[in-house]
Formats: sequence, structure tokens, C-alpha cells
Amino acid sequence: MFKLSPAGEEFVKKELTRYETKRSAIIPCLFKVQEENKGWVSPEAVTYLSGLMDLPEAWVNEVLNFYTMFNKEPVGKLHVQVCCNISCCMNGARELTKHLKDTFNVKEGEVSADGNVTITRVECLGSCGTAPMMQVNDNYYENLTHESAVKTIKELM
Amino acid sequence: MEVKILSEHYDKPSYKSLDGYKELGGYEDLAKALKMDPKQIVEDVKASGLRGRGGAGFPTGVKWGFLPENGEPRYLLCNADEGEPGTFKDRLMMEAAPHQLIEGMIISAFAIKSHKSYIYIRGEYNDSIRSLEKALAEAYKDGLLGKNILGSGFDHDMDIYVGAGAYICGEETAMISSLEGLKGQPKLKPPFPAIEGYLGKPTIVNNVESLASVKYIIRDGVEGYRKHGTEKSAGTKLFSVSGNVVKPGNYEIALGTSMKTLIMDIAGGMKPGRKLKAVIPGGSSTPILTADEAMSANMDYESIASFGSFLGSGAVIVLDDSNCMVDMLGILMHFYHHESCGQCTPCREGTGWLNKVVHAILKGEAREKDLELINGISNHMMGKTICALSDAAAMPALSFLQKFRDEFEYFIKEGQSKVRGVGYAQMHH
Ligand SMILES: Cc1cc2nc3c(=O)[nH]c(=O)nc-3n(C[C@H](O)[C@H](O)[C@H](O)COP(=O)(O)O)c2cc1C
Ligand code: SF4
Ligand code: FES
Repeated sequence: MFKLSPAGEEFVKKELTRYETKRSAIIPCLFKVQEENKGWVSPEAVTYLSGLMDLPEAWVNEVLNFYTMFNKEPVGKLHVQVCCNISCCMNGARELTKHLKDTFNVKEGEVSADGNVTITRVECLGSCGTAPMMQVNDNYYENLTHESAVKTIKELM
Repeated sequence: MEVKILSEHYDKPSYKSLDGYKELGGYEDLAKALKMDPKQIVEDVKASGLRGRGGAGFPTGVKWGFLPENGEPRYLLCNADEGEPGTFKDRLMMEAAPHQLIEGMIISAFAIKSHKSYIYIRGEYNDSIRSLEKALAEAYKDGLLGKNILGSGFDHDMDIYVGAGAYICGEETAMISSLEGLKGQPKLKPPFPAIEGYLGKPTIVNNVESLASVKYIIRDGVEGYRKHGTEKSAGTKLFSVSGNVVKPGNYEIALGTSMKTLIMDIAGGMKPGRKLKAVIPGGSSTPILTADEAMSANMDYESIASFGSFLGSGAVIVLDDSNCMVDMLGILMHFYHHESCGQCTPCREGTGWLNKVVHAILKGEAREKDLELINGISNHMMGKTICALSDAAAMPALSFLQKFRDEFEYFIKEGQSKVRGVGYAQMHH
């Protein structure tokens, strides 16, 4: 059964009183669950969190399902998100995505056999002037070449 | 020519910290503002001609004037959700000068008599979040936030709220829903947020750049602020230039500067051997301009409007002659279909259909009459929905087809791109 660490539970307690209503704490608490649950939010984690927050499970699910940053399926240790919106595509983002999928032998959105990487295409990440770019877990990597992107991912493994 | 008002010190790493910011005059304008009559600040912001930098260009002071006159609690929300494709200026401001935003926000909050504000920031912007968290802690420690700010008797609390990935949360009523812990879906206006916003209370939503600009209206006065820009488009603005230029990046220019200067001089112009083909002037939602139109337009609200488009968020996406317009429209239609919140039928169905039809063309599965379908669907999506996302999807579709129809016709007939000489598979991988 999933359970937050003591520090995680402390975080939830603080968030519940941080905003004008408890409900506003759902997003930050889901982020905390995702962080402590290997990058995704499982159905049992939702049940646990709604119990901990004392809020209806439906409210938590509603938020979980609305936003793209919450992963509803397991992801690799490195979640590689390549922007494939307009300015990035003009600068080779689709070719880069294909190169990464081939190099790490993984289909889009799936976890590689060794559990290390998931590669997904995402919408504009506000890095259009330094295209192409990718986000790996919490960090941006910009002005990429095929070589620099592969090197970055390998170094993070 | 660049005119650096907001961005004067962005290249100095020390400007990120409170000490470095103060050394360069930081928070002096807050001290000045706190000695003014809040009503006078609202009047000055009106007179300055500052228009919202988030996309719609609505006069900031006029919006503030819609707040009820009574003592009812009201909130200030900073829109830092920056999601309009092509836009990356707010991120620069929050990373290079977090205190500039905080100072602008405290002044604005004082003017509208708000004691609580939030910066709603998109969740992917981790560097901006870290930068703002550090700056907020510094500001609290220094007595710039909290009770009795700088001995003025004015109290204000500010916090950060981190979004979780949804373009639609940049729309102000969706942002309010999201902040309340609900699904980030827009609400029908009226009531406007200034009357009924966050938790049903009067709420002002302004973009990062709009709020930071207020500081310079206090610093330079109305006359000083109006020294740059045009009568109806006052001041300077940051433009995010991306796509096929030699030097993409954020550039601050006086409104009214020619687009030619911005693209060809400041952003380094086209790459060797390439020609300008088209420009999306204000973010992916704004109708595309041909090269000729772009080269005779100025970067102000009126000039861009005279070409049937919008200055929007200031995201200038530059396309050279190597781009296939059908392919580019496919990328945009995929985006809007993905981001529609689904509440309104014309938007939910329309974005789906547009995405389908453009991709049918790309895959060689369309017929000539499908082009009329694009026009028909788009027209049916305009002005019929709760928020402007539906229009934002329809406008690029209509303008791409109107201005580059030959490329769409060629693709349908030949099953490949007129420009690239290849089909969908080779372009999409
Ligand atoms: C679909 C959609 C997305 C939007 N995204 C943003 C955004 O990312 N940032 C922003 O400041 N305004 C955005 N807006 C505009 C806001 O609704 C609102 O007008 C703006 O934040 C007001 O601030 P301003 O008057 O200072 O520009 C968006 C509007 C729509 C319809
Ligand atoms: S127009 Fe589209 S995005 Fe806006 S509220 Fe309606 S369905 Fe949602
Ligand atoms: S288009 Fe890729 S970051 Fe904006």
C-alpha cells in the first residue's frame, strides 16, 4: 500500500491550511504523491490521499484527470518530454524525438525495458527561442542536437 | 532598436537577489507608491495607456476601475501560466528579475486595496518557481510583504500557486477555478472576475509583464512612461521571437517599432539562403501574416489589427520558405484539439474536426471540397463559446487557408507537400 513519508504527510498537513480552502491543496498534494510514488499517481494513492486530506475521492480524481503533468500510468526513471509545438518542430524536434526513441529503443509514452526512460511529445514549454528542447523530470535542456540530447539522458541515468 | 526599460538589468546575475535588486534601485518605487493615494495610482495607470500584456490588450487601469468601491475583500492574481505557443517572455522576467514582478504586484495590490495575491505559475516552469520562492522569502524577511509594509500601514500577503499542465488555465476564469481546486474550466462572463472572481470575491487577473510594468509608471510618471510607444499603444513591450531567425530570443522594443526592424535587424534576420515566408505575430492563436504584410506592419496593437491579426502575447513566430504550411497548421490544430476543455460543443467538436481534416490532407486522404469544410467548421466555432480558445483555433485555420491555399490544394492533389516535396511520413516521423 502506498503511503507518504512522514515529511510528505507533514507537507500535506501544511498545504491544507495554506490556502483559503482545503480543496486548493489537491494539486500540490498530488505533486507530492507523484514525487514519492516513482513519478506517477496510482488509484490506490488517490484513495489514500483523499483519506489523508479528508476530501471526497471524486474531487481528487477530478483534478488528477484534468491536468497533463500528473501521470496516470507508471513512467521511466527519466521522463523525457520533447516539445513538438511549432517553433520546436521548425528546429527539428520531431527528428530529435525519433532519434531518441530509436536510440533508447522505446515506443512513445512507454517505459523502456530497463525501466530507465519514457519519451513523450508535449506541447509548448515556453522555451521556443532555444529550440529544440526537452524536459527531463524537473529540468529543461535547450538548444539540443541529437548528440547532446542523448548524452544528457545517458548522464542522468 | 531595443529599448530596455523592463529588461535593463536582466543580464546581471545579481539582479535576481534582493540585495542586488536594491542596489539598482529596487523597491524605491514601492516606497514612492505607498506614499501616494491608491486612487491616484489607478488614475495614473489609466492615463499611462498600459494595456494588458497577456494577450487581449485590455487597458489595465480600466480593468482595475471595475472593482466595487466598497471595502469588500478582493484578490490580485498574477497570470504566470504562459502557455501560448511561441511565448517565453514571462519566464525570462521571473528568472532574471523575480523582485521586479513582486514589486509591481505589491504596488498594484496597494492601488486596488487587496491584501492577498497569488502568482499562478505553470508547473513546468521549475526554474521560475524556485526563483520566485526564494525572492518571496527574501521579501518577507525584509518587511516588504506581510504586516505594515515599510511602515505604511498597508498589509499584503503573497503566495505562489503551481499549476499542473493545462493551457486553458491561462484563461482567467479557468485559472480561478484551478486555484480553487476545481477542474480548470472557464466560466461564462459576465460576471467578470473584477465583480465575482476567486471564491466569489472581486478579483483582478493580470499578466506578469503588465504587473511588472506598473512599477515603471510609478518610477517615470505618466509622461515618462508615454515617452515610448504610440498614442494608443504606450510604452515598451517584450517580444519573444522564435522560429527561423538567426538570433531567436526575447527583445524589448518600443511599441510601434516596425516588425522589419525586430525580425531583420534585432533578431538577426533569415538564415543564409532563406527567405521570409510568413509571420505569426502574437502567439499561435493570432492569424498569420504573409511576408509582405509582416514587412509593412508595426509592432503595436492598431497596426497588427489593421492586417486582421493581433499583437496577442507578443510571440513572434517567424517562418522561412522551407516550411510547409499544411504541416504547420497540422501542428497547431493538434495543439488546440488537445487543449480544448470540452465544455462547449462548437469548440470540442470543432477542434477535433479541424485536426482531423488537416491531418487527412497531410495523409493524402482528403478531397478538394474538404477545404470548404475547414472554412465551414472554423466559422461555426467563432464567437459561440464560453471562452476564446475556440476562436483561437479557428483563426489560424482560416488565415492559413486564405493566405496559402495553393499549398493546401497541391497537397490534396499530389499527396505531398508543395514546399518539401515529400509526404506526411517523411515530415512526421
Ligand atoms: C485560451 C486562453 C489562454 C490564455 N493564456 C494566457 C496566458 O498564458 N497568460 C496570460 O497572461 N494570459 C492568458 N490569457 C488571457 C487571460 O484570460 C487574461 O486576459 C489575462 O491574463 C489578463 O491579463 P492582462 O490584462 O494583464 O493581459 C489566455 C486567454 C485564453 C482565452
Ligand atoms: S471554448 Fe473550448 S476551451 Fe473554452 S470553455 Fe469552451 S470548450 Fe472549453
Ligand atoms: S514551441 Fe517548443 S517550447 Fe515553445
